This record gives sequence, C-alpha cells and structure tokens, in this order.
Amino acid sequence: MLELANVEVVYNEVILVLRGLSIEVPDGQIVALLGANGAGKTTALRAISGLLDNHNGEITKGTVTYNGEVINGRKPSDIVLSGITQVMEGRRVFGELTVDENLICGGITIKDRNQTDEAYERVMDLFPRLAERRKQVAGYLSGGEQQMLAIGRALMASPKLLVLDEPSLGLAPKLIEQIRDIIVDINQQGTSVLLIEQNAMMALSIANFGYIMETGKVVMDGDAKKLLADDDVKEFYLGLHGEDGAKKSFKDVKHYRRRKRWAS
Amino acid sequence: MAKLKLNFSEPSHVIGVSLLIGGVIFSVYELVHDPDIFVTTLLKSLALGSVYAILALGFVLIFKATEVVNFSQGSIAMIGALFISFMVADENLPIVGFFWEIKNPIYSLGGPEWLMWTLSVLVALCFAAMLGLVIERLAIRPMIGEPLFSVAVITLGLEIVLRGFANDTVKIQYRNINAPWGTGGFKIGSGFVNWSYFAAMIVAAIAFVAVFFFYRSRMGIAMRAVAHDQEAAMAQGINIGKVFAIAWGAGAVLAALGGLFATQPPVRQTGAVDPEVSLVAFRALPAVILGGLDSVQGALIGGLIVGTAEIYAGQYLSGQTAWLGSGYPLIVPYFVMIIGLLVRPYGLFGTPEIRRV
Ligand SMILES: Nc1ncnc2c1ncn2[C@@H]1O[C@H](COP(=O)(O)OP(=O)(O)O)[C@@H](O)[C@H]1O
Ligand SMILES: [Mg+2]
Repeated sequence: MLELANVEVVYNEVILVLRGLSIEVPDGQIVALLGANGAGKTTALRAISGLLDNHNGEITKGTVTYNGEVINGRKPSDIVLSGITQVMEGRRVFGELTVDENLICGGITIKDRNQTDEAYERVMDLFPRLAERRKQVAGYLSGGEQQMLAIGRALMASPKLLVLDEPSLGLAPKLIEQIRDIIVDINQQGTSVLLIEQNAMMALSIANFGYIMETGKVVMDGDAKKLLADDDVKEFYLGLHGEDGAKKSFKDVKHYRRRKRWAS
Repeated sequence: MAKLKLNFSEPSHVIGVSLLIGGVIFSVYELVHDPDIFVTTLLKSLALGSVYAILALGFVLIFKATEVVNFSQGSIAMIGALFISFMVADENLPIVGFFWEIKNPIYSLGGPEWLMWTLSVLVALCFAAMLGLVIERLAIRPMIGEPLFSVAVITLGLEIVLRGFANDTVKIQYRNINAPWGTGGFKIGSGFVNWSYFAAMIVAAIAFVAVFFFYRSRMGIAMRAVAHDQEAAMAQGINIGKVFAIAWGAGAVLAALGGLFATQPPVRQTGAVDPEVSLVAFRALPAVILGGLDSVQGALIGGLIVGTAEIYAGQYLSGQTAWLGSGYPLIVPYFVMIIGLLVRPYGLFGTPEIRRV
C-alpha cells in the first residue's frame, strides 16, 4: 500500500504547493486523484516518484510510505526498483527513439532479461498498434499511440503500482475509452493504479475510491460510486448541471471555492 | 536526421549553393589539370577531416548527454597524448609515473613493436577515460541543475588549470609518440602522402562505428533518452550520473585520440607532444558547430567539410598570401562555419531547439 501522510511540498523554498496531502492506495485497487488544473496533482506524483529535486521542490513535512517503508527523498531509480512506475503528464515519450528503444528505457532497471522479455510480450498484447510500429520513431506516432507507448514503457519494469498523470489529456473520446479499458485490464492483471485526472467522469467510472483535491489538500474523498452520485461533485467536477451538459467554466469553479470558504 | 530545404529567395542559401557548384567545377578542373596534386590533397584533407571528426565526436558525445560544451577538451587531448607518450616512449605507466616510476609491463612481454605500441596506447586511453571520469565527478556532477553557462565557464577554467599543470609541472616539450607508421610515406607523382593520413582515417572510422553500435546498446539508448528528456529518463530509473560519467569517459578517450593525431601530419609535422596540441581541439570547434553540437553525423560531415576546406585553401590559394596573409588556412574553418550557420543556424544536422526543463 502507498500512503501519503500530511505531505507538504515547497518549490523554490517559498512556494507552498501541497498543504498536508493525505491519500492511500491499497494493493489491487484503482484510486482516483481528482482536481482542477493547478491543484497540485502532478506535484503529488513528483513527491511519490522522487522527481521533486528536478524542480527545486522539497517535501518539508509528512511522509510517503510504500509497504511500510518511508520512501521520501529516495532516488527515482530506487522508487522504480521498489515497484512504482509512472506515466508522466504529457506522455513524454523519447521522440527520437524507436518504439522498441522507448520500451527498453522503461525496463532499464531490470537486470533479468527473461522478466523484460515477458513484460515486452505483455505490452505487445495490450497494444497491438505498438506491435505494428515497433521500429518506428516515437516522435511520429499519433497522440493516442504515444499515450499507449508511455503506458507500455511504464509497464516494462513490471510495476506493482502504476501512477498515471492525466492519461486522457488531449485525446478524443473514443481513445479515452480505450485507455480507460486498458487501465482496467492492467489492474485486473494485478497492478494497483493511482489515476490522476481532471476528467473525473472517466476516472471515477473505473476507480474503487476517489480523492478530490484543491489547492494542495484533499477536500473530499469517498467511494468512487458515492462520489459519482454526489451532487457537489456532479455539479462542479462532472459539469452535469451546466447548460447542454457542457463543462462548467473556470469562473464557476471559482464561485464554488468562494462558497466553500463561507461554509467552513 | 533533419532535412535541408533549399529556398532560393534566401540569400544565404544562394551563397551556399553557388559555393558548392563552384567547388565542383573547380575540383573537376584541377583533377584534369594536375591529378597527382589533386589526389594527394584529397587524401590529406580526408586525414585532417578525420582528426577534426574524432575531436568533434568527443564534443558531441559530452554535449548530447550533458548539454555542456566542454572547453577543456583541448587540455584533455594534450594530457591524453602525454599519457600515450609516457606509455610508449618512457615505457612508464602514466599518472603514477609523475611521482614514482612504474614500468609499463607491456614492453617487457615482447612481441611485434606495433602490437606493443597499440596495446600501450589502449592502456593510455583507459587512463584518459579515468581523467574524464574524475573531471566529471569533481567538477561537473556537483553543478547539475546550475545554469549551463556556469558549467561551460567551469570547463574553461579547467582548461587553463590543466594546461598550466601540463606545461609547468610536467614540462612537456617534444615528447615522443613513437608512432609505428613512422614519419614516412610515399609519392604520387609530385605529391606526397604520409602513412599517418591512413592511420587517422582508420581510427576515425573505428570511432564512428563504435559510437554507432554503442548508441544501439542498452546504455547507449539510455544516453540518447537522457539527451532527449532528462526528467523522463530519470522517471524510467535511468541513472543519470552513470550516463554522464560514460559520456565524459568516452569524450576524454576521443580527445586523447585527437591529441595523438594532433602530433602527426597533416595536422603538424613534429610527431611529438607539446603544448600546441591543446590548441588543435579548438581548431575542431568550427567543425562541431557546423555539424551541429548534438549530432554524430554532424561531427563526421562537419569534420570532413572543415578539414577539406582548410587543406584545399592551403593548397590552391598559396599564391595569394600577399593579401590573405600566410596563416590564412587556419581562418578557413571559421569562414566555412559562418557560411554554414547562415544556411542553418543550429548546424547542418543539429536539432532546432534543445528541449530540456
Ligand atoms: N517547478 C515548479 N516551480 C514552482 N511552482 C510550481 C512548479 N511546478 C508546479 N508549480 C505550482 O504548483 C501548483 C500545482 O501545480 P501542479 O502540481 O502541476 O498541479 P496540477 O498537476 O494539479 O495541475 C501550481 O500553482 C503551479 O504553478
Ligand atoms: Mg498536472
């Protein structure tokens, strides 16, 4: 189980971005971490995967534990070795490398060649489209194919926990559905999933549990089904009550924040 | 590989193409007019181009992985050549040999001279690689995350320190390399070709083939991934420190090889290591910039173009020293580089923008 307990993260020694974030990802489950742009979702992922250093960020309070071991401040490669891999926001495939070479990078920490061969077979089964483009340079793949490659790359280290940062971003509805089904497949094959999304509908439709965060901490959590049914969530994160079912604009979200402040 | 699109409303492209056409017409004319001189000049320029390409490859390997233009390549080249001289002329192990003398064991084994020489050079290259690792560890690794400009300035400072150390402490003066191909060569009509030309070409070919295969190995793929997106590479668990170390080690080996050939014709005729060796790496800098700082093909093509231009200008404009000045061939690489950059500002094969957080 992955557990973040009261995690505070500061960028550049002054910008406090996570203000006591606490979430749990039990083994075998899909957990959704939702929130608007700028809420601190990606920062939470960096705190888990050891990439804060790259951004001059630091965990100033709280702990990140995985299976009972404190993992804050460990090197990214150690995190990968402990069984947590990630699909970064914006895919971040290595555009000048071929599909196969990208996958080799994903399995770089694994010394056992049989294990990477098996992982490779699994990726090819999950993504037949990638199998057809194995020798192609990743930069020329479509957005959906790049997202599949990013997920495949993260599977090459045979993770026990996979963290995905906004995998639906910029994809057509058809592709989002495909990605969603693949996440379910991956989870059923025994990998826990932490799914970071702005697309609450997509995430909650497959998650067991969900957290909603705002300005660096959790403001609401619960069973995914319960969250899906919740009126506030419906209105402000799923945008179901807007005219024509259109998504609420940023202004409405602001209005929501103001109302929350009165209430508390 | 980037594509070169010609656009004839662009003056720089017109200049580039006319120079190319002029060059071809000139070559055909000279080939018919005096084939001996033309062919020996061609071999000479391929040789100089090979030396520049080897040195350029060292810059590119380091730049691709770390985004640092290593201005200390020159002194590493000189010290690498010094290591070789220690191994083959003094028959002592380098580094340690500065203080205690430890015999190079290879020469006591016996065997053909060229074989012992080659093995000794390989050992010297290992010491050069260690020098690269030490520099990376002590001066570059602690600077990760600092502005690239500061890192470049550090390498410039290193160049001065290392050069001073080699000049004053070790007092390198005309130390022998004892190249097995000697100083001889053969004549083609009225032209002369040195055996060292072929040595340079063969070593350059080996170096580029080795890098080609290295880039397709697991470690090489990891290095290219780091070059493309350092953070995403870290997220895969790629060990950035190891990648940096290997790039610097390999870069130092290439510099040392460049230093070896910097003592040989056609670069210089002395056949010995002296302080001037460190300047040769800087003569290769236009080749690197012309080819593109982050491109292996660029290092090869850039090196060959610049080497060819320098030798041909030296051969065929030698009647014009009255107004060009006698040192003009050394300016030619920069002239070629500037024309190249007018056509392609980021080098012939370079990537337009460097994506890095
Ligand atoms: N490298 C950084 N340096 C300074 N501030 C940052 C950095 N990265 C993100 N932030 C700030 O942290 C907040 C949360 O960002 P982020 O974690 O990317 O949110 P999300 O992923 O939920 O959109 C934003 O206000 C953003 O401006
Ligand atoms: Mg984000």
